[in-house]
Amino acid sequence: MNHDAYDDNYIRSILNNVKSIAMVGASPVNVRPSYFAFKYLAQRGYDMIPVNPGHVGKALMGKPFVASLADIDRPIDMIDIFRNSSHIMPVVDEALKLSPLPKVIWMQLGARDDAAAEKAEAAGLKVVMNRCPKIEYGRLSSEISWMGVNSRTLSSKRAPIPTQGMRLSLNRTSFGGGQTAASDRAAKNKTETT
Amino acid sequence: MTDRLPGFSTLAVHAGAQPDPTTGARATPIYQTTSFVFNDADHAASLFGLQAFGNIYTRIGNPTNAVLEERVAALEGGTAALAVASGHAAQLVVLQQLLKPGDEIIAARKLYGGSINQFTHAFKAFGWNVAWADPDEVESFERAVTPHTKAIFIESIANPAGSITDIEAIAAVARKAGVPLIVDNTLASPYLIKPIDHGADIVVHSLTKFLGGHGNSLGGIIVDAGTFDWSKDNKYPMLSEPRPEYHGIRIQETFGNFAFAIACRVLGLRDLGPALSPFNAFMILTGIETLPLRMQKHCDNAKAVAEFLSTHPAVSAVNYAGLPGDRYNALQRKYAPKGAGAVFTFSLKGGYDAGVNLVSNLKLFSHLANVGDTRSLVIHPASTTHSQLDDAAKVKSGAAPEVVRLSIGIEDKEDLIADLDQALRA
Repeated sequence: MNHDAYDDNYIRSILNNVKSIAMVGASPVNVRPSYFAFKYLAQRGYDMIPVNPGHVGKALMGKPFVASLADIDRPIDMIDIFRNSSHIMPVVDEALKLSPLPKVIWMQLGARDDAAAEKAEAAGLKVVMNRCPKIEYGRLSSEISWMGVNSRTLSSKRAPIPTQGMRLSLNRTSFGGGQTAASDRAAKNKTETT
Repeated sequence: MTDRLPGFSTLAVHAGAQPDPTTGARATPIYQTTSFVFNDADHAASLFGLQAFGNIYTRIGNPTNAVLEERVAALEGGTAALAVASGHAAQLVVLQQLLKPGDEIIAARKLYGGSINQFTHAFKAFGWNVAWADPDEVESFERAVTPHTKAIFIESIANPAGSITDIEAIAAVARKAGVPLIVDNTLASPYLIKPIDHGADIVVHSLTKFLGGHGNSLGGIIVDAGTFDWSKDNKYPMLSEPRPEYHGIRIQETFGNFAFAIACRVLGLRDLGPALSPFNAFMILTGIETLPLRMQKHCDNAKAVAEFLSTHPAVSAVNYAGLPGDRYNALQRKYAPKGAGAVFTFSLKGGYDAGVNLVSNLKLFSHLANVGDTRSLVIHPASTTHSQLDDAAKVKSGAAPEVVRLSIGIEDKEDLIADLDQALRA
């Protein structure tokens, strides 16, 4: 698996198939990226579960915080990790103890732990690193185009007007979802920094 | 299954556009409105807080403009774009994200005269200093780097003489200095050169020229390559630090590889105000649909005219990178193999007066201060666009007194050659 550049079909199949998402590191503070992503994914119809031991007793968009993955009372399809790269491994270890196992480990924009990814993949999970599911959903549905962002998708079909709770089609024609000269350079710049 | 990669002409027609969700209109509608209603209070708050994708007010974003933005981002191979009122506005908004008073930009000496004026005078008043370097001598960029340097600015095909810049060599200097490379790609358009493929971090355009292509609408655009790490060294606080304008959001952390375009929109355009009219966006979008066809014709015509002038007895020199003997011919074959663009200069044996006479004798070429129109255009830079420079600076920027600049249109080349011939004989 090349974790520098994902094929759009890989991301698309994940976002089309998962239904429940536990967000580790979800924040109730409304200027944090985790709050943005949680709210958006909930609005697009995903069953969202906020995981953060510091906020147990509170709720995010009506969903009560739980302290850890083990405290979730139902099977979860995907774990979206909003933690720094150095805090990924313990979360993956915890995820791999769940039964049934989750299907996907997703590490947020800026987060990457190749050893943790390898461990999860060895257990049969799909892994995405250094991406935001909100951005990817918005991109593949072209909803992000309102912001002048290059969705790298085309469609000659009329799009629906998004309403609360509505799932959008992610099945547009993709172009350039994989590696480009620019994505290579961005990855290289990042490696040189760290 | 991997999707098929659409070609440049397909993107020029389709990227960013889809049938209107409300009416099914196939052409992109002109959303000629200042503002957009919110679904409810929470939706309004989400939009203002940058949490949701959507429209608020046309100074920040507009659906017609968004199609234009995505299309140019796709053609340039960038992650996102922001359309603004003019090429000058694009430069202002870009540099506002990067520079604080006392900071510096290194700029190529060969630039559009308007950019030289903007950098020298207007930006100086903001405390943004410019260090000039020679695009023909890469070391001069290296020598100009100081701890205050925040960006390097070049043109891919440089005004006025159509010289070709060694983008990769200057990108290497920028990379070593840890600053972004900004490339003005106006004269090439992405049909001829895609600067991001050669190391540019930001691309700017005057859409007024070849992209719009019909000389009817002003516009500018900023394309984010998504390649630069703005949080390294805290050199770019507009992107890396919590923004008080948005209750402490950090732009790069939140928006990842299109953070620069978002900063330009929500910090630059929102607060400085040079918004593009949706009507202009529509005109420019329509122009872009035929960019590949027009650009090739512009280049083919320009080459024919340059060849004609190079043998004319009244002409002492032709600067066109597409001519085999030209000093930029090797760079042209590397960076712009489809053509050397349509803007170039030539020198008259008769000097300044011959330049003034030629301009007044032409019947088909229009004497005006623009380039990249369907119509062929002529200007005598020394008496117009570059007249505010002193004589030494005129020569350095390629606008010596005997120099005439042409922008070759998409008419029949035989008619253009005949018009120049009669005017040179008159």
